[in-house]
Formats: sequence, structure tokens, C-alpha cells
Amino acid sequence: MALDKDTVARIARLARLKVPEEELGTLAGELSGIFAWIEQLNEIDTRDVEPLSSVSDVTLPLRTDKVTDGGIAAKVLANAPGGAVYIDPSDRNAGGFFTVPKVVE
Amino acid sequence: MTSLTDLTVTQLGAALAKKETSAVEVADAHLKKLDEHRALNAFITETPEKARTMAAASDARRAKGDAGLLEGIPLAIKDLFCTEGVQTTAASHILEGFVPQYESTVTTNLWKSGAVMVGKTNLDEFAMGSSNMTSHFGGVENPWKRKGDNRKLVPGGSSGGSAAAVAAHMVPGSTGTDTGGSIRQPASFCGIVGLKPTYGRCSRWGVVAFASSLDQPGPFARTVEDSALLLQAMAGHDPKDSTSAPLAVPDFAAAARTPDIKGLKVGIPREYRVDGTSPEIEALWSRGAEMLKAAGAVPVEVSLPHTKYALPAYYIVAPAECSSNLARYDGVRFGLRVPGKDLAEMYQNTRGAGFGKEVRRRIMIGTYVLSAGYYDAYYKKAQQIRSLIARDFNQAFEKCDVLLTPTAPTAAFAAGEKMDDPVTMYLNDMFTIPASMAGLPGISVPAGLDKDGLPLGLQLIGRAFDEETMLRAAAALEKAAGFTARAAGY
Repeated sequence: MALDKDTVARIARLARLKVPEEELGTLAGELSGIFAWIEQLNEIDTRDVEPLSSVSDVTLPLRTDKVTDGGIAAKVLANAPGGAVYIDPSDRNAGGFFTVPKVVE
Repeated sequence: MTSLTDLTVTQLGAALAKKETSAVEVADAHLKKLDEHRALNAFITETPEKARTMAAASDARRAKGDAGLLEGIPLAIKDLFCTEGVQTTAASHILEGFVPQYESTVTTNLWKSGAVMVGKTNLDEFAMGSSNMTSHFGGVENPWKRKGDNRKLVPGGSSGGSAAAVAAHMVPGSTGTDTGGSIRQPASFCGIVGLKPTYGRCSRWGVVAFASSLDQPGPFARTVEDSALLLQAMAGHDPKDSTSAPLAVPDFAAAARTPDIKGLKVGIPREYRVDGTSPEIEALWSRGAEMLKAAGAVPVEVSLPHTKYALPAYYIVAPAECSSNLARYDGVRFGLRVPGKDLAEMYQNTRGAGFGKEVRRRIMIGTYVLSAGYYDAYYKKAQQIRSLIARDFNQAFEKCDVLLTPTAPTAAFAAGEKMDDPVTMYLNDMFTIPASMAGLPGISVPAGLDKDGLPLGLQLIGRAFDEETMLRAAAALEKAAGFTARAAGY
């Protein structure tokens, strides 16, 4: 299946990736090549085959529904790229916020 | 005189137990190697101070008679494992400067058993690659070179730094992760042992996620026994990873110490004879089967009919899961942020600037195959193929106990070769991906040198959660192959 530049631009937008206009053509070529190679899967009839979503036969375990940690707001916010805002700067574990560009006028 | 950096994990453990040396001396000897071979670019972050502190604590524990399984053993950790207080980058610009506030389960287990961290190793960005060339921090150089040819070779990938560090004797062991061959292929390229355990054997908690249904941590070492010992320390059930198997950890090292394979049925899958494999690798594969036969095993030809479809199916499943997993890198909670006029533009700018070319390509493949109207044609189809691949292995294991195959279709290649087309690079993992798709354990054992003097590995694949049989066969192969070559100058 051949992908054109517009399709690539649409995928990039869906993936929230800024792709420079001049790279769209190359990417369209590469992705088309990969999808053409993937096409060989159609040689196999899979109509009656169940999809395999997990390789482990093990039943997923359940755990007790209780809080196992907490009070670590300072750790959660430690890597905030825009800088964090704390409710109480003298007690960072009391809670705080990540900051983002303004979204509401 | 034998130096400390010549010793294996097992030998170092014995020397430490006999008080012939100390963990601090062992750490210093290896840190010196890190200095000497920095040009290989095997490490993204070196942690010499942490290593000395951990080594001193290890010596103190031993003095109290409280020695763990890996007490005082220096290890390198793939920079995909979160390490508390130590930068963890996944070799991506988007995570540059990220300092985890928690420790991955696998590394926690290693430190609990007494191991000492010397640093975080280089890798392909987000573990996506087979050459280590996609790292934001530059490629890693393989310590091996072709005879009479000074060109730099790649160490394989994605765990290229971890493999190069062990091959260059900077550490006796290291950790890697394997999604489609990222432990086994670099082990083959660097002439060392690399083990991918059964999916679920090691916890994925705290490991930067690439493709969650495939990712699995595992060890690198210079001997099969060492790899077994490291796995023993890394493995175990972890309630924090719901896919981690609630099974007891067997004595893997004991299995590796008993290379008795009399009567063991070794399957030779005929579909692994494919065009594009070097004749030398074909010959080595036949020799490997002969060696196991001479040691008492019974080679049996088996068939895995869907082998050729594993690779294209993988390139749907892995990118689909990657596009979902990497959605978290949006410049809000951690990592890089590139400002934009609004939130959407900030996301796009951050992700456009933060991810490298191969990662962007895979996110786009994944986004496309999961987008409305294409799910059944691609993702569901790939998962159905995955069922067929798993069924192939189940049927083969009715006739044999372990499978023997080449690890990679070629020896290490030069930086820049195979770079022109993504599919050519993907083909490097053709022998490792089928077992990954079925969640099975695999190990690469160095088995010989090619005409250029480069190491070649053979792969053994075991039944799910039967690493012990695989290790016994691997130890027998190791013994018969008698691989002792070292990269010149290391």
C-alpha cells in the first residue's frame, strides 16, 4: 500500500509529531516500502485463527484494593519540565501542580 | 598475571569469598577499564562514586558474613532501567536529564544480591534498532574489528553498550532488554553470552516501555554459568508488574553447571535456512548440531512453517505498542519540553524535537495501523499470525526439548552499512523475532569466528519457563565450542 504525503501528514498530526514539510516525501517513501513488505502477511488465511494478545498462560493476579503508597507529591513533581507549583512550598509532599501553557481564555 | 578484569562473575565471586580481593579493589579495576575504553562510547552515564560507595558497603556486608548471590560484582545497567537518583535517558533527547525517583525491580533485585553499579550503558533510542546507531548520544563501537581492516563495527542493538562493555572487560556482566533480539543479536556481534528469559520471568516495572507484550529484561556475561547466575538474581515475581509470572526462581546456575545433555532432543528448524544468511553461519550452525550430537544429544529436524511471517508481523505489533507507550512523552510531566503557542503545538514541538528519526518512524507506523478502519487489517491480522507462530513452536516442542538456530544472519557490520533502507536493518532480527513473538526464552552462545576473525553466535530456544534445559544445552555447546577468543586490545 502506497502512502502519499497527505496521509503521512495526517498520521503525524494524529501522533502529535511535528514533521517538517520537506521530510514528508522521504517518510512517505520509507513507510510505503515498509507497508509493501508487510503485505506478505496477506498470503496467510487467518479467518479461523484467534488473535494472540498475551503470550503468558498465567491468569492475571488480583491484589487487595487498598492504597499502597502516597504522600510523595515532591517525587511525582520532581522532573516537571515546566517547573512545578506547590500548594505549600514548605511542605512539598502536601501536593502541587504541573504547569502547562494556558488552555482556557 | 591474571588481572581482576580477566575474571568472570563466578571467578570474582570465588576470589571475593576467599578474601583474595575486595569489592572496592574489583570496582576500581573495572572503573579503570571504563577510563581506558571511553572511546567505545559504551556508557551514557558513568557512576564511579556510586560504584565505590556500593563496593565499600558490599565489603562491610561480607565482613559481617552477610554475602548475597552477586556480592561485590560490578555491573553495567542498560540506560532503559530506571535508577533512583541517576539520570535515565533511554538514549533519547526527550528523556535527557530525567532523574527517576524510583528504582526498577530488576535493578533493585541486583543491588539486594550485592551487585555494584558502575554506570548506565548506551543503546538504540528507546531500544529501537539493531546497530546502536539510533542513540541520541552517538553510536557504540564494537571492540572487535575485522582482520586487517580498521573500520569501526557496530556492536549490534539495541543493548549495544551493555554488550560492548562486557566484551571489552569493562564489566563481567550487564543487563539488557530484548524485544525482538536486542540481547541476543548484540551478544552474537560481540562474542559474549546474551540471555532473553521467558516473557514474565523478569519484572518490567521501572523499565522504560517499548512494546509491552514483547519486552523482557535479561543478562549479558562472558559465560553461560555467569548469565544463569545473573538471571537468578534478576528474576522473580513482582506484584507491580501484572504480567510477571508468579513462579519460584529455579537454581539457574546449577543447571548451567550440569551440561549433561544425553538423549536431549535438539530441534533444527528447516525454515531457518534462508537466503541472505552467510555460508559461514550456515556451516557454524551445522557444526553446532554436530557438537551437541557428540555430547550425547539427538538432533531432529523440525518445521516452524510461519517463520518468515514473524518479522513483518512484529513490525505491526511492536510499533503499535510503541506508539501507545510513547504517548506519555508529551512535555508535561517529565523530560523535554519545547514551547508552542498552545498545548497541541507544545506536544507536537516537543515530540518532533525529542524523538529521533527511527522512533518517529515507528510511532507513525503504529499510529497508522491502529487508526480507525485499519485495526483489523493490520493489528488483528498480526496477532492472528502471532497465534500461528506460537502454535508452530508448541508443535515443534512435541518433538524436541530445545531448538538450535543461528542468532543473526551476519557478523557485525560497519557503521553506515545497511543504513539506506529500514527493512534491510530489520532483517537482522529474523532469527530472534519468532521466539520473541511466542514469548519463549532464547540464549546466544559464542560458537566461532568467521574468516574476518569476527565472533558468531548460535541461538538456543527453550520451552516457556524452561530456561534450565536451555541453559544445560547452552553450557554443553559452550564447552564443545571452546570459544576463548578476545577482541584484540581488550
